[in-house]
Amino acid sequence: MPAIPLAKAPQPSQTNPAQIRNFCIIAHIDHGKSTLADRMLGITEVVEKRNMRAQYLDRMDIERERGITIKSQAVRLPWRSGIDGQEYILNMIDTPGHVDFTYEVSRSLAACEGAVLLVDCAQGIEAQTLANLYLAMENNLTIIPVLNKIDLPAAQPEKFAKELAKLIGCEPEDCLRVSGKTGDGVEELLDQIVKQIPAPIGDPEAPARALIFDSVYDSYRGVVTYVRVVDGHLSTRDQIQMFSTGVRHEMLEVGVISPEPVASKGLGVGEVGYLITGVKDVRQSRVGDTVTNYQRPTTKALAGYKDPRPMVFSGLFPLDGAEYPMLREALDKLQLNDAALVFEPENSAALGFGFRCGFLGLLHMEIVRERLEREAGLALISTAPNVVYKVTDDAGKELIVTNPSEFPDGKIMKVEEPIVRATVLAPSEFIGGIMELCQQRRGTLLGMDYLSEDRVEIRYTLPLAEIVFDFFDQLKSRTRGYASLDYEPIGEAEGDLVKVDILLQGEKVDAFSAIVHRDKAYTYGVMMTTKLRELIPRQQFEIPIQAAVGARIIARESIRAIRKDVLAKCYGGDISRKRKLLEKQKEGKKRMKMVGRVEVPQEAFIAALTTDDEKSKEAKK
Amino acid sequence: MATVAEASALSFYIHIPYCVKRCGYCDFNTYTPSELKVESSLTEISHSYIDLIIEEIAMARANSTATTVPTIFFGGGTPSLMEPSDLARVIDAIGQRFSRDSDCEITMEANPDTLTLDRLRGYFEAGINRLSIGMQSAVPHVLHVLDRTHNPANIEIAVGWAREVGFKEISLDLIYGTPGESIEDWQASIDAALALDISHISAYALIVEDGTKLAAQVRRADVIIPDDDETADKYIIADDRFRSQGFEWYEISNWAKPGSECRHNVAYWKGANWWGIGPGAHSHIDGRRWWNVKHPTAYRDRIQAKLAPMQGQESLTEPEIAREEIMLSLRLPGALSLARFSGEQRRALEDFLGQGHLEQSAWDAGMLTLTQSGRLIADRIVRELVV
Repeated sequence: MPAIPLAKAPQPSQTNPAQIRNFCIIAHIDHGKSTLADRMLGITEVVEKRNMRAQYLDRMDIERERGITIKSQAVRLPWRSGIDGQEYILNMIDTPGHVDFTYEVSRSLAACEGAVLLVDCAQGIEAQTLANLYLAMENNLTIIPVLNKIDLPAAQPEKFAKELAKLIGCEPEDCLRVSGKTGDGVEELLDQIVKQIPAPIGDPEAPARALIFDSVYDSYRGVVTYVRVVDGHLSTRDQIQMFSTGVRHEMLEVGVISPEPVASKGLGVGEVGYLITGVKDVRQSRVGDTVTNYQRPTTKALAGYKDPRPMVFSGLFPLDGAEYPMLREALDKLQLNDAALVFEPENSAALGFGFRCGFLGLLHMEIVRERLEREAGLALISTAPNVVYKVTDDAGKELIVTNPSEFPDGKIMKVEEPIVRATVLAPSEFIGGIMELCQQRRGTLLGMDYLSEDRVEIRYTLPLAEIVFDFFDQLKSRTRGYASLDYEPIGEAEGDLVKVDILLQGEKVDAFSAIVHRDKAYTYGVMMTTKLRELIPRQQFEIPIQAAVGARIIARESIRAIRKDVLAKCYGGDISRKRKLLEKQKEGKKRMKMVGRVEVPQEAFIAALTTDDEKSKEAKK
Repeated sequence: MATVAEASALSFYIHIPYCVKRCGYCDFNTYTPSELKVESSLTEISHSYIDLIIEEIAMARANSTATTVPTIFFGGGTPSLMEPSDLARVIDAIGQRFSRDSDCEITMEANPDTLTLDRLRGYFEAGINRLSIGMQSAVPHVLHVLDRTHNPANIEIAVGWAREVGFKEISLDLIYGTPGESIEDWQASIDAALALDISHISAYALIVEDGTKLAAQVRRADVIIPDDDETADKYIIADDRFRSQGFEWYEISNWAKPGSECRHNVAYWKGANWWGIGPGAHSHIDGRRWWNVKHPTAYRDRIQAKLAPMQGQESLTEPEIAREEIMLSLRLPGALSLARFSGEQRRALEDFLGQGHLEQSAWDAGMLTLTQSGRLIADRIVRELVV
């Protein structure tokens, strides 16, 4: 067997870089990455059969349930090559598979010399995989194209081999064919990783430089930082320093994951492992930063470090105002493990006290919200997501707007909004529908390429705000679910944007304000006023509902006054029952939000702010 | 107009839990012979049932400090199924143990189909001086949906006989908002009622109660409940017509010629003391409320075992009493004084005044009286005041 018992395998901190291969797997969700990883753990025997469980490496429930990997991990796999019979150490670095985490993906890629491009040969490559593939190619990684699920009856390996060959610039027969499910071809894949991917190169004598490619908070151990050593050596005796902040940390433990953590003396050039320093907050150990030795620091950071920048903002409010402190606590706790999450207190006239939160994207937003609800047991209302606007007023003063309520009322010189470059992959029969959608969403066509005879890659620039607003859902429905989407921010552009306010009985409801393109203001206004007319119960007076841009009313509806709200009968035997009903209604009324004199049930806020359930579910993919 | 509650006064409600047939909309505590699975006639049931009632009256005597009885009300069910002699026994039993006021109001609910000239004479002679007849509607297709079997023409005949034997206080019950009832149907019912020689009218918007045959029909969409706006229109039509004929509203669903208000019901609304006799009957004495076991058989077993038939009770706290007071008194004109309300409540009330839901003249006199539109949203106003 080509597996090597762990005890006999080359040990951490004493492994010759020439024996090391660092690789990641680039794949779309449900293309079988986790199953393939499971299979590798089994074949290399780092996990005993009796301990094996499906999706071994996915830690959080949410990851398992949704089949997505939010955080990457690295596993050290000893392997004796079937080609040359030599011993090797393979470090498999897992990569997050979603558009929101492009930066994290890029750091994972930077920790590797090669990448396995894993494609489901019944489905073909997806847009996000393509984006990550381009990222890997940019990083000069050796790409090993692999077609997975060859056991499926619907497999079309020939067709997709051609597609991959064209993308990478290899021959179709260079594509390996495996089945993570049956294990077919996986040993050969491990051998090819050893053969094709270059060994890491670094200077063992230079001051230590290690790249942080992941950072995870563990409630028992504090922050566990995953690194790839580029130069020098890290050992337990060292004091280390974070290059970006200059902060010094004690090294409490160094080790490797195999796939459970195993402490080691240290990590040498090319090795991948973890550090524990007693830090309690992932923001002190940021992805992309360079770890160096405090006594003998490097002067040159590894390239590519960026602060995570939130792209999408939304207000999160507890349904029960009394849960505000719990929400704060839960956000604080999440932030320990999520350097990209930012938040600040927000006070909404309509929704009470909550937090304005910034996220990397829609998926990130969904995950945070779900974790808050699931792990902290909170019931939340979230406002419609929006992007960051740069507003310049008449006086030339610039204002960053992350909340429609901050949008200035006075004269405005210009508004700039984030623009993304979006890539859509889809069967060519849907080109018309996709282009129509992108056109409607203020897109500019950049180009179009055929990946194969019937699959096409379409590139557009689009305002991010348009993607945030149910774009993915529309895309899926126009392509019968076949299209995939990826996007990356490419800058800002001026847009003809206005704020639409929604007024109930003349009072602005901040939670419903939105910044939209002038051409869409009317549509938004009509949509919201109609929705609210249906959602808000009739009250003892007529309630006008208006949508306004500045002082100009662009849409109006009205809720007629209720005329009958009385029980006809109330005699001796009814009195208790009626009083109790009244007391129950009194409790119910506490959960009403008052907008001026209008009682708005919380359900109405939730329903008005939710585009619809199907949409948010789709957006997660 | 109304009796002010006195600690020494005790009203009696006597529940007669029997009907020949259950109407589709009714969720009252009443039973048909087939539901009771009895072979005997209702007359036989009547005799033995009244024995039980008299036992509970004796219990009331033993457990009450009250001395006088201002009102007695026979409700049901169908009290007019009882023999006049049996109701006389009840009235006498109360009279023997308490002091019946000389003007004691004694009401009986009656189904027109059960009335004859002779029976009416019997009831009047037994001491009953107020008759409340279940007319519901004058329109056959509406009566049919309500499951009422009586011939609408019988109402006029019954009222005539009642006058003939000496009844001065005669009330008709009407129901509006029945599925299939048009505005014209409702006007026809109002006109039919007002054409008769009566002193009091109750008009109730139909309530679809859970568990009734009507609720099942609504659920299956066999019948469609008219929307609330139309029902509100019908209330307005009724209120305007009744008032134009000299009937003043003294409770949201009750109109009377001056001096003909039902003092028994007013006692409920003013939080007076009353003892409810019979299965499922509720009682209230000085902030304590209790209710009897519901089923006639369970009731009989309790009484025969010399046990109190009470099933549950509650003692009202001060805030609960206050809430009930607002809830009930707001249904009456001029029964709540503005002075009792806090600044916040007054501001809410000022809004309602501004919207035309409260009478300005009463307001100026420091009292609350709902206008027509205010009566239609009385529950909402109550919620605003107690929340």
